[in-house]
Amino acid sequence: MQRHLISAADLTRDDAVLILDTAEEMARVADRPIKKLPTLRGRTIVNLFFEDSTRTRISFEAAEKRLSADVINFTAKGSSVSKGESLKDTAQTLEAMGVDAVVIRHGASGAPYRLATSGWIDAAVINAGDGTHQHPTQALLDAFTMRRRLVGRDAGLGQDLSGKRITVVGDVLHSRVARSNVDLLHTLGAEVTLVAPPTLVPVGVETWPCEVSYDLDSTLPKSDAVMMLRVQRERMNAAFFPTEREYSRRYGLDGDRMAKMPEHAIVMHPGPMVRGMEITAEVADSERCTVVEQVANGVSIRMAVLYLLLGGNEPAVTHARTNEEK
Amino acid sequence: MSKILIRGAKVLGGEPQDVLIDGETIAEVGAGLSAEGAEVVEAAGKVLLPGLVDLHTHLREPGREDSETVLTGTRAAASGGYTAVFAMANTFPVADTAGVVEQVWRLGQEHGYCDVQPIGAVTVGLEGKKLAELGAMHESAAGVTVFSDDGKCVDDAVIMRRALEYVKAFGGVVAQHAQEPRLTEGAQMNEGIVSAELGLGGWPAVAEESIIARDVLLAEHVGSRVHICHLSTAGSVEIVRWAKSRGIRVTAEVTPHHLLLTDELVRTYNPVYKVNPPLRTERDVHALREALADGTIDIVATDHAPHPHEDKDCEWAAAAMGMVGLETALSVVQETMVDTGLLDWAGVADRMSVKPAQIGQATGHGRPVSAGEPANLALVDTEYRGQVDPAGFASRSRNTPYQGRELPGRVTHTWLRGKATLVDGKLT
Ligand SMILES: [Zn+2]
Repeated sequence: MQRHLISAADLTRDDAVLILDTAEEMARVADRPIKKLPTLRGRTIVNLFFEDSTRTRISFEAAEKRLSADVINFTAKGSSVSKGESLKDTAQTLEAMGVDAVVIRHGASGAPYRLATSGWIDAAVINAGDGTHQHPTQALLDAFTMRRRLVGRDAGLGQDLSGKRITVVGDVLHSRVARSNVDLLHTLGAEVTLVAPPTLVPVGVETWPCEVSYDLDSTLPKSDAVMMLRVQRERMNAAFFPTEREYSRRYGLDGDRMAKMPEHAIVMHPGPMVRGMEITAEVADSERCTVVEQVANGVSIRMAVLYLLLGGNEPAVTHARTNEEK
Repeated sequence: MSKILIRGAKVLGGEPQDVLIDGETIAEVGAGLSAEGAEVVEAAGKVLLPGLVDLHTHLREPGREDSETVLTGTRAAASGGYTAVFAMANTFPVADTAGVVEQVWRLGQEHGYCDVQPIGAVTVGLEGKKLAELGAMHESAAGVTVFSDDGKCVDDAVIMRRALEYVKAFGGVVAQHAQEPRLTEGAQMNEGIVSAELGLGGWPAVAEESIIARDVLLAEHVGSRVHICHLSTAGSVEIVRWAKSRGIRVTAEVTPHHLLLTDELVRTYNPVYKVNPPLRTERDVHALREALADGTIDIVATDHAPHPHEDKDCEWAAAAMGMVGLETALSVVQETMVDTGLLDWAGVADRMSVKPAQIGQATGHGRPVSAGEPANLALVDTEYRGQVDPAGFASRSRNTPYQGRELPGRVTHTWLRGKATLVDGKLT
């Protein structure tokens, strides 16, 4: 593992499988009466959020607290950041406070990379979403969810997603989730197909390790998982598509479309969903939809990432299996 | 007045000769000239060029003296072998009146490191709406002949047409920053494979090419000449080549950085590589080099764009666009054009001195190195190789993309009308 987690593309297959396996161990902790591990006691983690995202911040915070870390939440609103303090100054302030890791969410693509490589700070940097670039822990929790559902909770240990067919639908152009997922799913051996109107696929996509289709209906029967991306209504004002209704008709997932998917196939969404736009309530509330699971899995994945980046060599969870296998 | 004998220099890269400067002019060029009464500059092995002329410099004064002034910018120019620079109009206030252009011109004269020829804005406040008083700027002491809204594109086709027509009355030229604004809203880098991966807003080649295509057709229609600033794509080269073959009076410039660097560098997210137009692809770089060699692109212009440290020491999206270039331009041209065999030193003199002086009508610059001509000269140690160290720059700003990069060539001496502005690599 590297010292930082900036991009899903930086992970090898073995790194990624190790994170998924570790997350399974972390998930077991959640089933205990006392959900806390002492692993990161005395370590300080800052959640540095330049962009509003309560969901992601809470998920990281829960993960940090379950590992007994000291947590500082630093949000742009109401802080010196909104008064024009630069990323660099903020980073140096945190450095002076002696933090061990920075979980950063930023509206500018590349901000976490700059933070990790500019010598402003010594701490480990974890990208919690940057602009339209990357959101690696989201991709990891998605892969974790897929492995559990499509391979199996125990059967999946040590396994990747070889041969699984994953379809990602929606605003690929503006999506860090899509970029991270394409990178990670490819590393894990899955076959990825992006489905979107041509306006929402970036120029340059031809070098990505995936297929691109403009036709959802023909892709659905060949999918083991279908991930619906959020589509912001404002996009139609910039002529990315004519109307909300036309978008839904061509690229939205409703009950009829879901019926074209194989029996075992799941529906995923990184949230928050725009019901009626990319997904109907019928699909969102169905058994096949993993949205709620994804949230729970997010905490396990973030625990695993923090543990592997900061926890050193001690086993995360002391129980017979890991010790025997050493 | 004093005499200087430059001994044994390869004039325009040719056979070694002596060049005698007497006062402001070149008195004699030949072999074995007498050194009597003259200060001698030993130039064996070095190349002597006419003083370089930059048609595209941002001197920042008035208004942004924290990044550059006429003094620091012209000192940087002298360090790079330049004897004349054209100062872009996007200052605060904008150089859109006779008063501002005269002020900039006068500062250049006072400091005496390099002639400063102000460029006038095409439109009031660079806003693209209303023509600035182009005639008044031309008639001012600054004698403006080049007009540009650089930094912004004159995107309104009617305004562009009128400007092209209007300046014909006094032989002016409009220099276009070709960037279709709607196609480049939120643009952060070249649109292509790298931008798709990095998630940075794309600046597509077509946004440049469509404006160039429109403007060469407008120039043809109204019988004017047009100059294209910092041409950056292979497609733009094709359009200019076509226009020239059709007899349209178009000239074009390329920057040193577009001859050397590609958008792959943006993967570092280091804003030192953020520039407008953006760094393009390897394919574009090769097309630009070939076009400069075959004359489709007429000149090299630096687009020297100084910015204070804090404007680059931040995340990519927040950073200013632009790079300093005056002190590294000749080295980059040697690296990309001479050492690759695409251009000889006479060709460099043509693209970096003769042609830019012609396009901008800079009297006394870009002249042959021969008796009777003004002694505007640059002496270059072409054998030198060294790492770029911005700490040694004369420019007030340090935003170079070449820090630590090894480049060939070093200007050791510059003379402006016989007066040394640079001696042994040190400013006078
Ligand atoms: Zn420009």
